[in-house]
Amino acid sequence: MTSSLPGVSQKVPIWRDIRALRWAFQILILVVVGALVYWLYNNYQVNVSRSNIPTNLKFLDNPASFTIPGNDFDQSQPVRVAFVEGFLNTLRVAFVGILMATVLGTLVGIARLAKNFLVRTLAAAYVEIVRNLPLLVLLTFMNLAVVLQTFPRIEEAWTPFDVMVISNRGIAVPWFLGSGLNLAAVIALALVLAMLVRFLRIRSSDKTGKPSRDMLFATVTFVLVIAIAWLALGYSLELPFVEGRGTTGGLRLDPSFFALLVALVIYTSSHIAEIVRGSILAVPKGQGEAADALALSGYQKMRIVILPQAFRVAMPALGNQYLNLIKNSSLGATISYFELTQIAQITVGNGSPAVPAFTLTLLVYLAISLVTSLVVNFFNRRLALVER
Amino acid sequence: MVWLKRNLFRSPTDGIVTLVAGSLAIYLIYQAAQFVFVTGRWEIIEVNLKLLLVGRFPEEQMWVLGASVLAIAFWAGLVARSLRRQAPAKQKPLRVFSELAGRFGLVFLLAVLLILLSGDPSNWLLAGGVIAAILLGRVVGSVRERVGLLRRLPRQLWVLPWTLLPLGFIYYTLSLSALEEWGGFLINFYIAILAIALCFPLGVLLALGRRSSFPIVRLITTTYIELIRGAPLFVLLLLAGVALEFFVPPDLAPDQIFRAVTVFTLFTAAYLAEIVRGGLQSIPKGQTEAGKALGLSTLKVTFLITLPQALRNVIPAQIGQFISLFKDTTLAGAALSVLEILNIGTAITKQDDFLGQGLIYESLAFVGFLFWVGSYVMSRESQRLEKRLGVGLR
Repeated sequence: MTSSLPGVSQKVPIWRDIRALRWAFQILILVVVGALVYWLYNNYQVNVSRSNIPTNLKFLDNPASFTIPGNDFDQSQPVRVAFVEGFLNTLRVAFVGILMATVLGTLVGIARLAKNFLVRTLAAAYVEIVRNLPLLVLLTFMNLAVVLQTFPRIEEAWTPFDVMVISNRGIAVPWFLGSGLNLAAVIALALVLAMLVRFLRIRSSDKTGKPSRDMLFATVTFVLVIAIAWLALGYSLELPFVEGRGTTGGLRLDPSFFALLVALVIYTSSHIAEIVRGSILAVPKGQGEAADALALSGYQKMRIVILPQAFRVAMPALGNQYLNLIKNSSLGATISYFELTQIAQITVGNGSPAVPAFTLTLLVYLAISLVTSLVVNFFNRRLALVER
Repeated sequence: MVWLKRNLFRSPTDGIVTLVAGSLAIYLIYQAAQFVFVTGRWEIIEVNLKLLLVGRFPEEQMWVLGASVLAIAFWAGLVARSLRRQAPAKQKPLRVFSELAGRFGLVFLLAVLLILLSGDPSNWLLAGGVIAAILLGRVVGSVRERVGLLRRLPRQLWVLPWTLLPLGFIYYTLSLSALEEWGGFLINFYIAILAIALCFPLGVLLALGRRSSFPIVRLITTTYIELIRGAPLFVLLLLAGVALEFFVPPDLAPDQIFRAVTVFTLFTAAYLAEIVRGGLQSIPKGQTEAGKALGLSTLKVTFLITLPQALRNVIPAQIGQFISLFKDTTLAGAALSVLEILNIGTAITKQDDFLGQGLIYESLAFVGFLFWVGSYVMSRESQRLEKRLGVGLR
């Protein structure tokens, strides 16, 4: 259109053409960033070649020359295997931690809105105290003060109700006897059957209009299947007991695992509690009033009406907390819990090249984070309100 | 009585819950009180107080530190007074006092506790000096409103030159003593404040880059932000501890504190960028369009219209990020062996006089309390600021 105006030249000179200027600016930025990266990379190459440090991942094949407590990992096995074990340990503490922190955080979050003054105040005190402490202080406290100093020696171990053994060598809890794979299959089968029963109940309830009681039926199915399989396949629960300078039977949790898990759960649950509280407050008031008008009980109101809507709001923030918990599990290295970071730190201390080892570690964390956020996003989309 | 019935004994179940929760609360308070006043052996803190707070800071230069604290108190009072938009409504002195006690009571309590622990009465003088400096700052701050010529000056321009005073003192302190002699809580503060000051412009630039219409800039900033956010801070610190010297020329070989500041800055900038981006997204499109309609350039629209509103909208999130940075400075001790307060706190239990006496409870309680007061007061003030700026109300 410019050409139709009088006195304006047909062609815009290139130094005034906005498109050219935009690209010129971007290329300039690219050159500057590229130069910075190249400078860093070049420095790295020069410094590394001067001190003769390898830059590849060959160190993964060297023997590890350290052992991992609570694991049959042998020191002659390659570093590669140690990294895998560390990865599994990270996943272990992160998985259990996320489950426990979610449950505890949700309970505390609900308690913060309780009508009972004392419950409300206790929950608020818990959140305000924990949230404003550094995680590392909590972790050091759990490790140095609680586990290593307050827990008794194995000879004087606490055995509450004779089902647990608590000592500074770790916590032993009852565990089932038999193959783990089998049990996982049984649980999966029970879950599928329970879902099926629930689905059938809801369908028949939709047809007949009678109350479905779907969760009740599903829970009973689940318990029944587990119980039948338990008896049929000959599982039995084994109680731990002290024997000599250790425990036998049950499942023994490493003291460092216990300390890290408790610290992570306490810290993360205080953040989750705030998220849950905010999300419950974000549910419109009319929803609760409608539930009251339908004469739902307090529990039904929470479970059927409020919480599903609250979790829709909370999901992205919860996902962030899960990611934080996973990344914070790297602090296990400060109390010798043999997770990924600790393995990397020991390997570097034993003379492996630092930059490749830590870069590998960072990439693994990045991968865990990406997978976690994919899962969270999946659920987020499932839960999201479908509008128009 | 009505309150009791309504809040504690609504129904029989509620009554049982109250009894259980009440006994739990009484038990916890009893245990805590017994630990603080009876069984706790606080000599370990009394003996090591200086080590915990300022590390091996040279004794003969402590007065410079005191002077810096006074300068900062003066500056804080001045800024608080100068940035006030309108005079608050007249209130009864009692009301004002109770409000101040609610806001700064904890800090006051902490100060009294520290002075009592130090066992040196001359520290009362310092505390009095701090209060006097704040009051003096308020008086000087009010000058701008009184003098007609100064009133035309924008608030920011009036405050800025005064900032040179505390900065000058800090610079003088740094020039007097080597940074390696700093330690304890002082180093936590130093790292946190330096990292906050440095990461702020970087974070804003990254946020603007991620929102810009230039695809290449967007790609670069997004990659940086997502890479950093996927990495644990502790591993980054470890990496910096053993590998930063490989990436810079050998004659620049940085010390541990500098490494910590670098990592905290780069790390927090990525998180801050996401917060600021959220703020930018919350600004209605009409704001930009109105700016464009007035003929402002894109740069002017950003820096005069959208960015100020965006930054105001996310003040609580920003301060939350800075609080977690402040708490995370403890990681510098674990990863880089910087002699920060947690590191010293665990080390003093291994001194000859205290070894094997199980004093880790006392030491960690003290360290935790310092951090707790700092973070709690900061988060309270951020909520107040949020309310005063009327976020979400305009």
